[in-house]
Amino acid sequence: MDAAGMIVSLVRDASTSLPADVEFALKKAVRREAKDSPARMIVKTILDNCALARKESVPLCQDTGTLTFFVSDSLKRRFTRRAIERGVAAATAKGYLRKNCIDSVSGVSHDDNCAPGAPVIHYCEKPGVTLLMKGGGSENMSRQYSLPDSSLGAGRDMEGVRKCILDAVVKAQGYGCAPGILGVCIGGDRATGFETAKEQLLRSLDASSSDPRLAKLERHILRDANSLGIGPMGLGGKTTLLGVKIASRPRVPASFFVTVAYMCWACRRRTILP
Amino acid sequence: MTRLEYPFSEKAIRALKAGENVSITGRLYTGRDRFHKHFADGKPIPVDFRDGALYHCGPVVVKEGGEWRVKAAGPTTSVRENPYEPAFIAASGVRLVLGKGGMDSATLEAMRRYGCVYVQAVGGAAALAAASVRRVADVSLLEEFGAAEAIWHFDVVDFRGVVAMDSNGNSLFAKVAQDSLANYRRMTGNEMV
Repeated sequence: MDAAGMIVSLVRDASTSLPADVEFALKKAVRREAKDSPARMIVKTILDNCALARKESVPLCQDTGTLTFFVSDSLKRRFTRRAIERGVAAATAKGYLRKNCIDSVSGVSHDDNCAPGAPVIHYCEKPGVTLLMKGGGSENMSRQYSLPDSSLGAGRDMEGVRKCILDAVVKAQGYGCAPGILGVCIGGDRATGFETAKEQLLRSLDASSSDPRLAKLERHILRDANSLGIGPMGLGGKTTLLGVKIASRPRVPASFFVTVAYMCWACRRRTILP
Repeated sequence: MTRLEYPFSEKAIRALKAGENVSITGRLYTGRDRFHKHFADGKPIPVDFRDGALYHCGPVVVKEGGEWRVKAAGPTTSVRENPYEPAFIAASGVRLVLGKGGMDSATLEAMRRYGCVYVQAVGGAAALAAASVRRVADVSLLEEFGAAEAIWHFDVVDFRGVVAMDSNGNSLFAKVAQDSLANYRRMTGNEMV
């Protein structure tokens, strides 16, 4: 199969099949929520939806999102922008993607989901080709904080970082299609903050940070967020987040950013190793 | 899970409480931004919403072998229709408004006054919502509004949702927002937020 054909398969699988670790986390959530509660009904509905989408090979969510590809440097001659765009256009024609790409000035749709800057492609050191699909509802709930933040009483320490991350969860309520997953970057500049936070969403839910300090923070934020009572779709319950993935980047002395990328339950990611 | 069947009586709707799971069977009409603007401009509404349901949804519908097929039918965010919904509820006699994210206090008040509830559909669950549409009976204003904004006449079976705003003035969204903020303050010792 040529590179464009492999991209079509990658898009189809990512769009129609929720990753196993996310589905497993949702199944655990069903058992945690009270019988007959809205929370339990919503998570069961999500699981039924995902089983149906996989069986019928249809998008599991109608917002097929921003497409971000991470391509290994060693594959850049095969997986060129042109080849990836051909694959995305073909996947759109087959109905695996909604027409989801709007010219920001004219308001006109790029019907094949391809335009300068779309899809997003990062050539990097990660092995293989990875696709992340992130919907707009959740992207609208992502936030960046600059410490110190007097409105939150958040200083330049790990307690300040914790206050920011939990504030992002409270502000998101159910609007980002909870239960969500957080990708967080402590530090960096504004641009690398968002980029690094989003990249954390590629980590499997069962992969803790290799830095024991961050692994501990991930555990504590997950526990605290799930005690807030927001729950699936913001209608109350014990499952507000399915996972928290934190990384840190160096900063300059004058800046201290905390960046939170909010991902909905429909965390569509997939890697192929051609 | 409480079963609701079209036509929805005022009595059945007024008995629903915020936090109740519902399964809906019967007719739903879709309507979103263009529809509400059309109503606000005083133009005629081509379907009868009395004892019926309005679904905030921009579905993906395609024609296959002469029949409409629904490919995706998840809810869209309802908050954009806040300015229009109280007047629409008053004028139309609609009993169920379905969408995601909830609506404002003026809409909640109109629901209390006229006997209507807001049902939160499951955001993102587009494949299952589409499968619950057993038949597309008709479509109105398709030419004028386009497929995503038209009024689709869906006959659904077991369309699931949660009563998030009831006709007694209770909103689950408001309660959860208030409680979670109190929990955040307690956890962070932060009274400023």
